[in-house]
Amino acid sequence: MNEIAQIVVLTLAAGTPLVFAALGELVVEKSGVLNLGVEGMMLVGAIASFIVAAKTGAPWLGVGAGALAGALLSLIFGVLALTLRANQVAAGLALSLFGIGLSAFVGRPYMSVVIEGIKPIVVPGLTTLPVFGKLVFGHNPLVYASIALFAAVQIFLRRTRAGLVLRAVGESPQSAHAIGYPVLAIRYAAVLFGGACAGLAGAFLAVAYTPSWVEGMTAGRGWIALALVVFATWKPWRVMIGAYLFGSVTLAQFQAQAAGVAVPAQLLAMLPYVATVVVLAIISRDAAMIRLNAPASLGKPYHPE
Amino acid sequence: MKLRLEARPEPSRLALWSAPLLATAATLCVGFIVFTALGRNPVAAFDAFFIAPVATRYGIAELLLKASPLMLIGTGLAIGYRANVWNIGAEGQLTLGALAGGGIALAVGEADVPSALLLPAMFIAGALAGMLWAAIPALLRTRCNANEILTSLMLVYVATLLLSWLVHGPWRDPEGYNFPQSKIFAANALLPILLPETRLNAGFVLALAVVALAWLFVRRHIVGFEMRVAGLSPGAANYAGISWRRNIWLGMLAGGACAGLAGVGEAAGPIGQLLPSMSPGYGFAAIIVAFVGRLHPAGIALASLLMSLLYLGGESAQVNLALPSAVTGLFEGTLLFFLLAADVLVNYRPRIVAAAA
Repeated sequence: MNEIAQIVVLTLAAGTPLVFAALGELVVEKSGVLNLGVEGMMLVGAIASFIVAAKTGAPWLGVGAGALAGALLSLIFGVLALTLRANQVAAGLALSLFGIGLSAFVGRPYMSVVIEGIKPIVVPGLTTLPVFGKLVFGHNPLVYASIALFAAVQIFLRRTRAGLVLRAVGESPQSAHAIGYPVLAIRYAAVLFGGACAGLAGAFLAVAYTPSWVEGMTAGRGWIALALVVFATWKPWRVMIGAYLFGSVTLAQFQAQAAGVAVPAQLLAMLPYVATVVVLAIISRDAAMIRLNAPASLGKPYHPE
Repeated sequence: MKLRLEARPEPSRLALWSAPLLATAATLCVGFIVFTALGRNPVAAFDAFFIAPVATRYGIAELLLKASPLMLIGTGLAIGYRANVWNIGAEGQLTLGALAGGGIALAVGEADVPSALLLPAMFIAGALAGMLWAAIPALLRTRCNANEILTSLMLVYVATLLLSWLVHGPWRDPEGYNFPQSKIFAANALLPILLPETRLNAGFVLALAVVALAWLFVRRHIVGFEMRVAGLSPGAANYAGISWRRNIWLGMLAGGACAGLAGVGEAAGPIGQLLPSMSPGYGFAAIIVAFVGRLHPAGIALASLLMSLLYLGGESAQVNLALPSAVTGLFEGTLLFFLLAADVLVNYRPRIVAAAA
């Protein structure tokens, strides 16, 4: 039983970067904006958090720096796609390419630096309880933070007036503008939030999950997060399910390798990517469901004149 | 006082073609600031980055050598981008092309096959493999409506892992001291050198030929015209009975074929064997080349020279300025940012107006 608890703990940890990044992108897309720069923002968040953690010895300060760096990077996307009305696909791609380059450039001296990362919590007397102890009290603090983020996003979108306005902006910016809502400001706020979340996802990888800095260490998780939002048909609870499913695929690959399965490591490592393609194809088949759930103005530039 | 953007009645051609120049100038300014901030003498850094690499005959040859895959892939991608088909997995299609072309070279081995037969076979195999890899996102898009951006990108990772497995395992050179690399290709599987004492090879001619063909297709062929229409106005294209499915297939396959050719060009050219990584990100840099070149074959040829210079500059900066060569990626991203920003002038006229009372 304790082994099962351990697997659950590892699965949640493996899915957590996807939870952060995909929830952030979900809010962005709910406001009608498609930001393909998640991978770049994650990498910049990762290196920013790692540098701050290495310099100060305070990994939590690093987490804050990661979120801030992600938000700052997303601001570039905001200026291009919102203020200057650039093509959102191109601006998002540019953000990813820039983030990959920037993080590799800044991170070169930190390739073999070792830091003290954020460790799973231990509650005296509780974590050591059989099965449930680990299951409830044995996760990394950032895993709890990601679950809190899920609750916050869910409540924000479904139960608050601000969430309703954000969704309205995503469905029909013209109507939202006509009623008097500042469409651009709301979209900026959503983009910044998405950037901070992607930065957190990167920070989790760099200062808690591994903890280390490797060039391109997100290994496509930013793109998988984008696919997850489609997979989840823009529903936060389905993002969680999807993220943990992918977490378990990643984990299965490592476990199979460790168990010495007679399949080459590289072929096993393909699993998460192949799974993303297959799942995306299956979900997208139902065009009516996608159209029903996708924010109506997704990816379409809007500028009040 | 407030800056306002006024819609132009029609896009400005002047702005369209001056945007890449503006963006290049702005990127150079950023480079100036970055070099200064890093404590390098900016003039010396500029010389090391942009002048020294191409100051020699060998340097010019290297410039053209690196520009070849960039213009090839950029040209192929642009055909799709014009029709709003977003293939961003060219890096994977390049890898698969190298794998297929290289596979043939390894299978033939030391056997006495004339170059005139072997090289075309390698290029055809590479183009087909690149097309096959691009056909997966095309199929999933036309049959399942799956977003081709995400699927083509995921396949980059799959292709890289596939090649990595082959050169670590079945295709590893038994006499290669356990390094993950294939045997070195025999001389008949290598592209002939164009300029003696340089690495510039016949792949450059192939790239130019493809660019010329693409120009004819885009400008003179009805399908090229229809694809442009589809990109500019999907509604009008639909009304005119232009098949969006055909556009997706053509767009993806054109990109895949060109990337596959570029992959063979690398394997049979400067590399001469199969390695775990066959390209320093040419497939991604070519996206920027396509945009900076305004999706036009001639523009792409020029933009590929600029991007090639950024690669050479990055290598030179590593040697002469002790800066990581990743500075190339930084400049590439910056260039695209400025280009997108400058593009606002194509459709809008900036005007300074008094703030509303």
